[in-house]
Amino acid sequence: MAVDTAFNMAPVATPFFFYMLSGIMLIGGILVITRKNPVHSALALITVLLAQAAIYLMLYAPFVAGVQIILYAGGIMVLFLFVIMLVNIDRAAKERTFNSQWLVGIVAATALGGLFVAVYTKGNNIFPEHALSVIENDNTQKVATMLYGQYMFAFEIASLLLLVAIIGAVVMAKKRI
Amino acid sequence: MGHDLMGQLVQYIQSYLSSDQTPGAAGNMFWVLVYILAVFVGLSIAVIAMNWLERKILAHMQVRLGPMRVGPHGLLQPIADAIKLLLKEDIIPAEADVAIFWVAPFMVVLAAFTVFIVVPFGPTHAVTDMNIGILFMLGVSSLSVLGIVMAGWASNSHYPLIGALRSSAQMVSYEVAMGLAVVSAIVMTSLNASGTGTLSMIGIVQAQQEQGVWFIFKFFPLGLIAFFIFAVAMVAETNRAPFDLAEAESELTAGFHTEYSGFRWSLFFLAEYSAMIAVSSIAVTLWLGGWLRPFPNLLSGSTWDLIFSLFPGVTFLFLAAMCFFNAVRMPKHPFFRIQTIGLAGFGVVLGLIGLVMLVPAVRIRVQDIFWFAAKVATFMYLYIWYRGTFPRYRFDQLMQMGWKVLLPMGLGVLILTATAGLWPSIQHSIWHP
Repeated sequence: MAVDTAFNMAPVATPFFFYMLSGIMLIGGILVITRKNPVHSALALITVLLAQAAIYLMLYAPFVAGVQIILYAGGIMVLFLFVIMLVNIDRAAKERTFNSQWLVGIVAATALGGLFVAVYTKGNNIFPEHALSVIENDNTQKVATMLYGQYMFAFEIASLLLLVAIIGAVVMAKKRI
Repeated sequence: MGHDLMGQLVQYIQSYLSSDQTPGAAGNMFWVLVYILAVFVGLSIAVIAMNWLERKILAHMQVRLGPMRVGPHGLLQPIADAIKLLLKEDIIPAEADVAIFWVAPFMVVLAAFTVFIVVPFGPTHAVTDMNIGILFMLGVSSLSVLGIVMAGWASNSHYPLIGALRSSAQMVSYEVAMGLAVVSAIVMTSLNASGTGTLSMIGIVQAQQEQGVWFIFKFFPLGLIAFFIFAVAMVAETNRAPFDLAEAESELTAGFHTEYSGFRWSLFFLAEYSAMIAVSSIAVTLWLGGWLRPFPNLLSGSTWDLIFSLFPGVTFLFLAAMCFFNAVRMPKHPFFRIQTIGLAGFGVVLGLIGLVMLVPAVRIRVQDIFWFAAKVATFMYLYIWYRGTFPRYRFDQLMQMGWKVLLPMGLGVLILTATAGLWPSIQHSIWHP
């Protein structure tokens, strides 16, 4: 395509989009833990998950992004909301949402902050110098060959675990088996 | 300098015309915007037409006349309704959660319209082609349930809450059976030389073209059963009769949108119908060969190509002829003069569109879109037909149907389809160990 570069579309993975999406995720994450109303928290969490799906898209991983939307935003969060909607909001809002575990909180926060600082200062050695040139067109096919080829065993173990969880849920929910 | 810029712009716009990709894949912003606009306008017209057709067809099924007053045969009724809805007072209940009450209808509309960026109206007539096309459609359309739940909860009222609960339970349940049916169609796309399938909407149709069979007829009756499961699940997924328990009038007034009125209610209406069109286009793409014309192999050759490419124009000319026929049959009373003229004018417009579609340059570009739209229109008629004939299910019957009938059927069909696909190699390894 011999078109002047002025009109050519910029690549999706621009810093602007990254900062915008991470900003949305951060604000959403803060809202999740600060809102008194659990439904508002759940909706903020959905925003975070959708922004995360967009970041996956930016990383040229469309399959993961699609699965993220279907499973988390479309499936799990709907069930979350389903339960929360039946809670008496007025009473729930009056209860204290935080149990004050300051010591554990401070230790965890310091550890995580230390990790971030370490990655930021020494990160040059950890990350590859250039962005990987991933071909977006056969992302799904690559994921499939990986899952059902190289990582077959781990995949089957994970599905067995899920099966156990499903059977466990049925056993717990049913009075007489 | 400005002239130079204009020249570049024109060159940029023209550069896409020689391309054989979707504008999204070619990365041409101008045509992407044009396509988005075209899809948006086309959808809005389809929803308006669907509104009129549904009332008319339902009325005729029940031996009534349906809308007759506004315009000839009630043709302008949807416009009158739209004006009424926009002028209506917009009520927000005092105890409602205002922010969520505001966002919910937009959420539903966004989810319903966003999916159309991957719907393939033709080999190049899609906004873009995604590697995860069908996954994207299922994922984004499953977001509409969030909007429904938000609307029901934010209204802070009993009927909407129960409607939203019913609707979310129903949609989550039927998504499972729907997904299994979709997967069995995707498995069929991998039956080619390279052995890799595709999730891309355009790729799925091209796979049917290469294999020379619509997936509904593939491995008969497996494809047909998968299609049947999807066809049932998609009615439940869009909360339409006979699965419209979420808005069962006799029990819940209007379900999750009881408290909505005016413009906000019309957004729910718009979303419901465009979601119906969206799931129908998934069914058309996966099982009915998308934009492919009927019998591309049996009735091949340039003569048949010509005959089938005349269909769009002839259809519009037929509609125009119907308009003229009914204009002649109009009562000859002066009261009906304006209506008669209006109907004849409508016929003239349809006839002109039909004539334009007969022009060779146009008809070659339009025929894909026509076949796609015609197949989707069949589903839309079925939706109305279901509503006119089936009684509403009870909620436990609905759940039983989803979990105990469709889900096992879907699993069985998926396993059998995979086995049938691998059968040649299984056979080979049995006879030649």
